[in-house]
Amino acid sequence: MMIAEIFNFGFVQRALITGALIAVACSILGVFLVLRRLSLIGDGLAHVTFGSVAAVILIGFSPFYAALAALPLVMLSSLAILQLTRSRRIHGDAAIGIVSSVGIALGVIMASLSGGYNADLLSYLFGNILTATQTELVLSLIIFFMVILFVAFLYPDLFAVTFDEEMAKSMGVKTNRVNIILLLLTAAAVVSAMKIAGIMLVSALLILPPVTALQLSLSFKKTIIASVFFSLLSVISGMIFSFAFNLPTGGTIVIFNAVFLLTVLLAKRILRTQR
Amino acid sequence: MSVNLVRVENLTFSYNSTPAVNGISFNLNKGDYLGIVGPNGSGKSTLVKNILGILPLQSGSIHLFGQPQHKFRRWDKIGYLPQKLSALNTHFPGSVGEILEMGLRKKNAGEKRQVLELMGISHLSSRLIGELSYGEQQRVMLARALIGRPELIIFDEPTTALDPETRDIFYSLSENLNRTNGTTIILVTHDIGIIGEYARHLLYLDKKVLFTGTFEEFCKSREMTGFFGEGSQHIICHQHDGTEKTK
Repeated sequence: MMIAEIFNFGFVQRALITGALIAVACSILGVFLVLRRLSLIGDGLAHVTFGSVAAVILIGFSPFYAALAALPLVMLSSLAILQLTRSRRIHGDAAIGIVSSVGIALGVIMASLSGGYNADLLSYLFGNILTATQTELVLSLIIFFMVILFVAFLYPDLFAVTFDEEMAKSMGVKTNRVNIILLLLTAAAVVSAMKIAGIMLVSALLILPPVTALQLSLSFKKTIIASVFFSLLSVISGMIFSFAFNLPTGGTIVIFNAVFLLTVLLAKRILRTQR
Repeated sequence: MSVNLVRVENLTFSYNSTPAVNGISFNLNKGDYLGIVGPNGSGKSTLVKNILGILPLQSGSIHLFGQPQHKFRRWDKIGYLPQKLSALNTHFPGSVGEILEMGLRKKNAGEKRQVLELMGISHLSSRLIGELSYGEQQRVMLARALIGRPELIIFDEPTTALDPETRDIFYSLSENLNRTNGTTIILVTHDIGIIGEYARHLLYLDKKVLFTGTFEEFCKSREMTGFFGEGSQHIICHQHDGTEKTK
């Protein structure tokens, strides 16, 4: 069977669209998070998602809706990170570490209480985009539009907060509101991205495309566009490659992201030596 | 009748229960040029950050353009040039053009071009801010502070580590804005000689207000002699006389 024919299957089309929507959302949010040195928030929130999914499965939610049910808890955790950094004089990385370790600890306890790591919970650990359901596609679509609207409407404020939060405040930007929305959307994007990459790799979707784009020394808007480009390219290439060589799709997508980063770094070095 | 653009009453702010400013009160009228001076750690930047709402009000009150600070919405009337950007990442992907439009809902290409020309940085408009020298970055930030023709501009130690050429541009521009356009200016600096040359009023701060008045009054002040020593105060005031004469 030709690779192109695979895309005739409904489940593959659904996986591709879901993956593309989530990848775009993560790559846009990632630009702001990376520049604000909050890159590891994806990792932290993924760990919280693990704990939350384990908790909602334990209390009897269908594994089918576990991620959706876990969403409010993950959103609350993102606000906890913000609150910790703001009021308790804890640095962002330490706040992420605290919430992350509490999340994973709760996950381990919940999993143990529910009789060990069943197949449903393991699917969140490693992700499987090919099993994306119609509900997950719709959820990804909603998150995608929310991210686009957020950036479109609050772009001047987002730019100012990312550049310098104190400057932004002096311009009357409601930095608190911007931070809260950014973190809530990141929480939603992380929960939906679990399907692609799983807990282990979800932060890669938030970090690698923006970091690759940042190497190109472009303006802010062009950096966002480049981040989206690398992210989409990784999802499409990763899916095709994983079909062709029968590899796990999530891991392959992340490896493609890393390959693009290394290629850009190498190209920069070559160009620099030629000057 | 003079209009109070800034009214600070009994402002107290502490970091971890250590007071940075204590019981500060002063008024700033439209068209004024106020110099705020004081030693390191005297609370100058804390005061400015309180006025701008960067730090929350803990005690006392601040009125801006006649309104309590928490009700004030016209932040476009205030320009701000910080001492340094708190966390400028050298890899920040913002072009100079984008920095000038930062936080603005309405863009005005003509005005952007004007301030770029005024600061002599038109050729940098598509360059990334992180690629520029410190002096060029400060010129960009000064251009940003001028966008929207603010009625009040606050400069927080703006010439620290600037090259002499940029420093001269900065001071002549601030004087021009004040005298020609009637822009109200607050200049925070270590350099009391500079205050004497440009500012009409002086606020000497060391956690609380130790002196307020004109530079001439400052030179005659017996209290200040206690702080600077008779010789130093004489030199500061004499320098100013010399500058005036050469003008």
